[in-house]
Amino acid sequence: MHHFLTVALKIDLQFLDYAIMGIYVLFVLGIGFALKRHMRSSEDFLISGRSIPAWVTGLAFISANLGALEVIGMAASGAKYGMLTTHFYWIGAIVAMVFLAIFMMPFYYGSRARSAPEYLKMRFDEKTRGLNSVSFAVMTILGSGISMHALADLLNKLLGWDYTVNLLVCSVVVMVYIFKGGLTSAIYTEVVQFFLIVFGFAPVVYLGLKEVGGWDGLVRRLHDVGANSQALGLWETNLGEGAWTSMWGNMGDASANSMGVSWAGMVFGLGFVLAFGYWCTNFLVVQRAMAANSMRAARNTPIIATIPKMFFPLLVIVPGLIAIALEGSGKDSGFKIYQKEVVVSAADWGKVEPLVKAADSNGAAVKVLREELKGKGGAGQPFNSVVLARITQEVRAGRMSSGDATAALNNAGERDYNSVITSLLNRYCPSGLLGLALTALLASFMSGMAGNVTAFNTVWTYDIYQSYFAPDKSDTHYMNVGRLATVAGIALSIGFAYVARQFDNIMDLLQLVFGFVNAPIFAAFLAGMFWKRATGHAAFSGVLAGTIVSALFYAHTTVQDGSAWLVDSLNTWHSFPSAMTQNFSLAIFSFGAAAATIAAVSLMTRREKTDEELKGLVYSLTPRQADPGAPWYARPAISGIIILLVCIALNIYFA
Amino acid sequence: MDIRKPIGLLFTLLGFLLAVWGLVGGEAAAKARTIRDDVNINLWWGIVMLLFGLAMLALARVAAKRGKA
Repeated sequence: MHHFLTVALKIDLQFLDYAIMGIYVLFVLGIGFALKRHMRSSEDFLISGRSIPAWVTGLAFISANLGALEVIGMAASGAKYGMLTTHFYWIGAIVAMVFLAIFMMPFYYGSRARSAPEYLKMRFDEKTRGLNSVSFAVMTILGSGISMHALADLLNKLLGWDYTVNLLVCSVVVMVYIFKGGLTSAIYTEVVQFFLIVFGFAPVVYLGLKEVGGWDGLVRRLHDVGANSQALGLWETNLGEGAWTSMWGNMGDASANSMGVSWAGMVFGLGFVLAFGYWCTNFLVVQRAMAANSMRAARNTPIIATIPKMFFPLLVIVPGLIAIALEGSGKDSGFKIYQKEVVVSAADWGKVEPLVKAADSNGAAVKVLREELKGKGGAGQPFNSVVLARITQEVRAGRMSSGDATAALNNAGERDYNSVITSLLNRYCPSGLLGLALTALLASFMSGMAGNVTAFNTVWTYDIYQSYFAPDKSDTHYMNVGRLATVAGIALSIGFAYVARQFDNIMDLLQLVFGFVNAPIFAAFLAGMFWKRATGHAAFSGVLAGTIVSALFYAHTTVQDGSAWLVDSLNTWHSFPSAMTQNFSLAIFSFGAAAATIAAVSLMTRREKTDEELKGLVYSLTPRQADPGAPWYARPAISGIIILLVCIALNIYFA
Repeated sequence: MDIRKPIGLLFTLLGFLLAVWGLVGGEAAAKARTIRDDVNINLWWGIVMLLFGLAMLALARVAAKRGKA
């Protein structure tokens, strides 16, 4: 998510646009200051003293996940992959959230652990906690740095505001309200941000749908897109009418859908390992539920969060669908998703043409072409692989002249999918509404960043500082350390934002690293909660083994469409149709390796903890949660099942 | 703190400003960039936000009264 707009697109704001953004900033700061007097202990500051009602933690839970990268990225995927993107919601989130609510929250909340790593310490041992807390702390800093970079860059390109000023102003606002009101003010502002995101993007969706002719019109246009996916440079073949509108219709075979993923990779890789790994163990979201004011509120937090989550595709994916429908349906809408710039001179092509013609296969020709047409400094140019393959094919068949080929190559830049949201704002929002939509972007950025920062300061203070550096200090001391960690965390993220600015594919690299770390950690949590025999040595070695398998897997597999960017594989064991399916398979293998190692080592090592010590930490040793007297909708088991049924219905309706 | 109160205030204020902007001169500027659309979206969306804000304030008020009683 690096260069958001390669084509200069500057929007002038009017008075009201600035006023709306200003009012929003004043409100979130005001919430921080109003909560300051409630911050009496480190627990008030870092974990909200378990005082917040369920509907608030539920909306904060979803808002913390809805960072700027999510909003921009999901619209991008909506254009690139169509309705398949909803798998990230209806398969890749809802099921895991319900599982967290019913089966895992009782242990997180009931153990009275102050963080997810601390649960690992109670259940396993110090080293497992140490491993998890250090890797988590690093990931939160990198995550918030990347999203700060994304926002600062976007405002810079869209509005012409200075990058550094964007970075500093936005992060200082977040810093001030967290510094004053701790996790409580992060959670309260996340609720405000949630509503702003909804109200800010909804009119854009409304106007977009209106232009394409409502939902039916959108579907008709998307049928055209799927039928012409090759000509549009979206996929190597024409995938067929349903490809951008159906969730499951093209999932039988990985080469038949725009993600290049099979149903098995989708269900097990995304739906099971990655989704559960994120939603059930990532302290960033789990922390919101742990701040709830009662066990029942904690269990209901993820359930409440599933309701908006289920309908968010309308808000964040549909804009992407609208964009590709406008561009690709053949009707002249005058809309085009920005293309990244590539430069190929006639002289360049003169040198490459004979090589392309002499290549053994079309694939080899594309490779040669990419290699020879590197840009300044030897960096690869952002070509659209599909378009490139078509050009080489035509040239090799003798159907394209040198002049035509040069012209075609100069127009073969890859689509800048990350610009989808901003170009729709530019198309639909009059001043006023524009200020509101920009405020929604700011809000999504701040909620995502606050999530990272509050998770970081808690893990740093309790799991790293208190455990390893200064165990027996006063509570005031830890509260001050928490405040300091807030400032330091934000300063480090700002630093990392500048690093991210320097390296184009750092986002891809990080996503990969997150995948390396998350899948094995999920195996450790799962074994810890549901198998009393699992031991500390086993959890620790399982996490390490899973991470090593991830790295080996990554080093020895390639991606056919050439989207593997970081290292050339050593010797290839397998070649995947897309980077996404490579990621999903990696997650499955990594989880499998971690789970197998945990099982084997557990059976070989002695249990360190007795049944009595594991009470409240392991499923089989903990009394079931009963909800006597609670109405049906406040019982996670019942409402969770209803949510799952609705989710299945959505899958069937859009199948 | 009841978070509904600040949310109510914020949306009432933003909704009011947006609606007024739509009613007064804002529309001319609106037509300049937006697609050929005849809806005064600022006005209508402003009203929707205003109503949402007022509803939040009302809920907060009811809750506060119940809390005292």
